[in-house]
Amino acid sequence: MAITRVVMPKLSDAMETGKLLKWLKKEGDRVEGGEILAEIETDKADIELEAFGSGVLRKILVSPGTDVPVGAAIAVIADPTEDISGALGSTAAKPAPTAEPKTGETVSISPSSASQTAPAVEPEAEPTPTGRVRASPLAKRLARESGVEITVLKGSGPGGRIVRRDIEAYLAQGKRPAPVVRPVPLRPAAATAVGPEVEDRPLSSMRKTIARRMAESKATVPHFYLTVEVKMDHAWGLREQLNRLEGQPKVSVTDLVLKASALALHAHPEINASFAGESIKIHRRVHLGIAVALDDGLITPVLRECDAKSLSEIAGEARDLTERARTRKLKAQEITGATFTVSNLGMYDIEEFSAIINPPEGAILAVGSVVEQPVAEGGQIRIGRRMRLTLSCDHRVIDGAMGARFLQTLTRLLEEPLRLILSS
Amino acid sequence: MAEEQYDLALVGSGPGGYVAAIRAAQLGLGVAIVEEDRPGGVCLNWGCIPTKALLRNAEILSLFRRAEEFGITVQGLTADYAQAIRRSRRVADRLSKGVEFLFKKNKITLIRGRGSLIGPTALQVGNGAEAQTVKAKAVILATGSEPKSLPSVPIDGQRIITSNDALRLETTPKSLLIIGAGAVGVEFADIYAAYGVQVTLLEALDRILPVEDEEISTLLTKSFTKRGIALRMGTKVLSAAPGPTGVVVEVEGGGKKEKLTADQVLVAVGRGAKIKGLGLEALGVALNNGFVKVDGRQATSVPGLYAIGDLVGPPLLAHKAMAEGVRAAEVIAGEEHHPPVDLASVPNCTYCQPQVASLGLTEAQARAKGLPVKIGRFPFQASGKALALGEPEGMVKVVAHGETGEILGAHIIGAEATELIAEFGLGKTLEATVEELALTMHAHPTLAEASLEASLGALGRAIHL
Repeated sequence: MAITRVVMPKLSDAMETGKLLKWLKKEGDRVEGGEILAEIETDKADIELEAFGSGVLRKILVSPGTDVPVGAAIAVIADPTEDISGALGSTAAKPAPTAEPKTGETVSISPSSASQTAPAVEPEAEPTPTGRVRASPLAKRLARESGVEITVLKGSGPGGRIVRRDIEAYLAQGKRPAPVVRPVPLRPAAATAVGPEVEDRPLSSMRKTIARRMAESKATVPHFYLTVEVKMDHAWGLREQLNRLEGQPKVSVTDLVLKASALALHAHPEINASFAGESIKIHRRVHLGIAVALDDGLITPVLRECDAKSLSEIAGEARDLTERARTRKLKAQEITGATFTVSNLGMYDIEEFSAIINPPEGAILAVGSVVEQPVAEGGQIRIGRRMRLTLSCDHRVIDGAMGARFLQTLTRLLEEPLRLILSS
Repeated sequence: MAEEQYDLALVGSGPGGYVAAIRAAQLGLGVAIVEEDRPGGVCLNWGCIPTKALLRNAEILSLFRRAEEFGITVQGLTADYAQAIRRSRRVADRLSKGVEFLFKKNKITLIRGRGSLIGPTALQVGNGAEAQTVKAKAVILATGSEPKSLPSVPIDGQRIITSNDALRLETTPKSLLIIGAGAVGVEFADIYAAYGVQVTLLEALDRILPVEDEEISTLLTKSFTKRGIALRMGTKVLSAAPGPTGVVVEVEGGGKKEKLTADQVLVAVGRGAKIKGLGLEALGVALNNGFVKVDGRQATSVPGLYAIGDLVGPPLLAHKAMAEGVRAAEVIAGEEHHPPVDLASVPNCTYCQPQVASLGLTEAQARAKGLPVKIGRFPFQASGKALALGEPEGMVKVVAHGETGEILGAHIIGAEATELIAEFGLGKTLEATVEELALTMHAHPTLAEASLEASLGALGRAIHL
């Protein structure tokens, strides 16, 4: 029945093209919804592209190595007997239609995994090519007043126009402005070593994005930095105890910091926030970005809903995400939508550093190494474990005292680490 | 017994039914439409259209009576009410033939007779030897409504009449008592008063046109009173009986009982769905408050059976029926362009002088919902065009959301109010706010400028006040 035109997905605000790396299916192969069709390289990461419709992969429109504009058709899935000439008519050069699909035809792609919201409020994966938002004046006004990023909504009005009910449905979900498709948090972190001789090395698309976004962040986001020293003796001891338990995922210092950050952000939602021009968006869920260094850049997979996860869940999922980040097996929605990022360079013996904020997040936490050092306590000198945390804040969203209070909570959680286990 | 098979069969060819039939035919369905009276239904034959013809007569007559104001002298002015009725019949006939022509053009089979359901999608038309069975894949019921009556006020068609009778009778009484000050009662009050009849309007609720915004009712009350139409609001009718000196109507108002006498009584207390004899009970079709219950696709509780228009409930208006007809036809044909009909955006029009038109929430309704409300008003007294026309009566009132500027309601009383309301309808469909209306250039001088100024008023930026 259905003909599915597979189009190049738009995986971030900035994405304009994607490179088709490899087809994992051949023309004539049977495809089930959810199977991996192809691998795509974007400016952020390599992504596996899942099939949305089931049928036979009738036609591959784009060969490996080709750069394809977002929204352009790359393949057609249909029943073996279906006449697909109509779907072929719009070739790879044309942008994908954004209007409602005709009867019997679905125009859809899915960058892997289950859809996350009801159709009416699905993030608009393909804005109109001109970038103009088709929305009623009332919808625009409501979006502005409630701090909803209107471009992430899909319209249910005539021709896909965003109307009042779309904004209301979005707000009714209690989602608040934590748009699912968002710029990927990218970290500056470990600058790659530069060779002694001048060498003209072309920028990878990942490097281009890091260059552009970090420069943008530093130029437009007024950063300030707060550093605290945390007594890690108890946390260290707890971690050793936990890691002696059989059948439990190993817990790293990063995991403890992630869990503590999630709890502290939950207690201080004003830090889990973004500057949005006319308003400040307070994110009600905590999605933590974890900066992961790669050979030729870095990527920030997102651990979702950390506020609702136990320490062992966080440890397990963080490990999985980190490993897949290194082998470039992340799915599209696993690199988007962070509300706060944790970057740990402690394993490189960095005692303290300050990180650049990943817009639109409001803050980022830089984690130094846990060091043994002489500490004075009750008139005695003894050896203690200490860790330095530096919070970079967007001053448009967060003031000094707000950041300081957050760090107090975070410090207390790490210094009394049983709290990390008590509150799941 | 003859038997025919169609994709779609409709019962009733009023504005809902004929529009649905045409739309379905356009979408490629084989369509039959069953009609016991003349094509066009109440609207064309016994409602909207002939009353509008009579109201035009009333308007012209009023203008002649005002000729002095314009420095025009008219001598020997006479107005023949019988001619007015005949003119209204000619207009209705012409439109009814127009509907028949549209049926032919769209290859729609018109079956004359009374249709009733013998299955979810099967009809019997007529009785006895002439009976015919019409089978279809889907059926739309569009039989409309008929005037309600009061048990204690027996209709005789001569001295105690309904609107249907009023549109046939070629003579006017000396005095007329109209029971019900809704749109129908008010329009007939206007017509008869223009022809010199002494009219008294009775209404059980506390004001004229009770569904309209209170300020509008107040302005219309003033205007009607000035014209010599007697208004008795908050008055219940207990009984009515023809006597030697006229019809004696016993009423109760303000705790007092009273007897009123008039040559004729017109009962305009609302309309009820025409569901009798349709065969709904045998099929178990669900009803709601005396109307057929439908969902957003106009589907009844019985698969394959749809219903539209007055039959499915208020507002009982032709344009609502037409929209529902298009919706039902497209659902049945599987090509849904028209979304579910939004009853909150149905314009309400009364064609008396001055005309009344409205859309959306009244000020009181908006406040009752707890919405932040901003009101913009512009009286036609301040409109150059209205003054030039000699129609300074009335105003445009806009009810806007205090924060977003959403058009919650628009209420117009005055010349051409029924034409002016369309702008607000478009605005509401497009979800425009008063800001966009205020930014839209309106030609000068026009009556529509009042809508612009009222919108500006809601924003606190009116120029000409």
